[in-house]
Amino acid sequence: MSEFSKILFIMFSMVFTENYVLVQFLGICPFLGVSQNLSSCIGMSGAVIFVMTLASAATYAIYQGLMVPFGLEYMSTIIFILVIAALVQLVEIVLKKYMKPLYNALGVYLPLITTNCAVLAVTLLNISEEYNFIESCVDGFSAGVGFGVALILFCGVRRALQRAKPPKAFEGLPITLIAAALTSMTFMGFTGMAENLFS
Amino acid sequence: MDILNAVWVLGAISAVCAVLLVLADKFMQVPVDEKFPIVRDCLPGANCGACGYAGCDGYASALVSGEETRINKCVPGADGVAMALSQALGVEFEDVEEQVAFVCCGGDCNSTSDKMAYQGISTCAAAKSMYGGKGACSFGCLGFGDCASVCPQEAICLFDGLARVDASKCIGCGLCAKTCPSGIIAMLPAVSELVVRCSNREKGAATRKECSNGCIGCHKCEKECPEGAITVVDNLARIDQAKCTACGRCAQVCPVGCIDTRNAVLSKKAV
Repeated sequence: MSEFSKILFIMFSMVFTENYVLVQFLGICPFLGVSQNLSSCIGMSGAVIFVMTLASAATYAIYQGLMVPFGLEYMSTIIFILVIAALVQLVEIVLKKYMKPLYNALGVYLPLITTNCAVLAVTLLNISEEYNFIESCVDGFSAGVGFGVALILFCGVRRALQRAKPPKAFEGLPITLIAAALTSMTFMGFTGMAENLFS
Repeated sequence: MDILNAVWVLGAISAVCAVLLVLADKFMQVPVDEKFPIVRDCLPGANCGACGYAGCDGYASALVSGEETRINKCVPGADGVAMALSQALGVEFEDVEEQVAFVCCGGDCNSTSDKMAYQGISTCAAAKSMYGGKGACSFGCLGFGDCASVCPQEAICLFDGLARVDASKCIGCGLCAKTCPSGIIAMLPAVSELVVRCSNREKGAATRKECSNGCIGCHKCEKECPEGAITVVDNLARIDQAKCTACGRCAQVCPVGCIDTRNAVLSKKAV
């Protein structure tokens, strides 16, 4: 597989076949929390894409530059969490200064990116897949895009849900979870596509 | 010595992150006006929106930044809040005009009837969209209590299919007036005594068919009022509360009993 087709493969699989939210079930908390209106969906996806790309680049550098030479591969989880937490703080400061409306719209979910397991997962998977620097960044970026796609699709589903009148026992979160399950099942249709498209 | 390596590498990464964050905070800090928390503390924190801003935070920041110069916009907080604000901001005290919500409709189940058997969604907004509501009078109270559900003080209750405001509980935030799809909840000065308990703008004969409590636009009150506070516009009497002296002569001459003291129980003439 050439370098270019490998990058295409990573992008396609991260957005569709290996979508973090709908296929691997990572980052469900913001997925359910922010998907109520489109503008905060887009804002949240933007923040996640930004953090994931930056985190992929930073952790790659730290892993190859510091952890491998000192034989500290076993420390990846704790060090990556530290780096991600610092990055999210940084993003928060920047957003507060330059994009106040977006900061207000994201509210509590922005600090929650710190504990968004999808961000940690992307950095750890970069290592276990033995991606190089470019591939890691692309992986982080497209995982964020995948998160955004899931969020925006589900936002549409939730709009339809608001007009529906489910039985009393299913009102609110239960019907939302059922809808999320159905949305995730649609993504099963992509299974196996990436391998055949870019081989 | 592996453990030492781990310690200093992790320590170094944390230190670099810490320095970066401190620098970012220093250079990109958003200056918060030191007056903001003081002003915010003066406000009641009910976030009712009566001031016209999105919550107490919005009003406080508008006051601090100078966009808003009037300190008497917090109706629920009344004079106490205005006084506190005038001290905090060092501006002159302005009296708050306390308001109270009033449902301008007398069409309870004894005086008016339904024109259809409505079985849709049980909210006023939904009912209003179906031929103007289930009641014979399309101006009147829809009786599903959208106003009661938004009231932060639980001051509104439904009584014989008609929303009534308990003036002693009402804080005058005006949420109900904004919510009512028929727009029949008026925000009156808290001192007002006499009110017109109807919103029907149809001609007298049409009103009469729909509701025995409705204003028929007969002009009797207008002629009777010594202060000239009442005018009949669009077949509906309106009281100018600034001129009204609460003499009560209009209420005595009203043939349908739709002019009444604000807190009176519904007129027995209707029954």
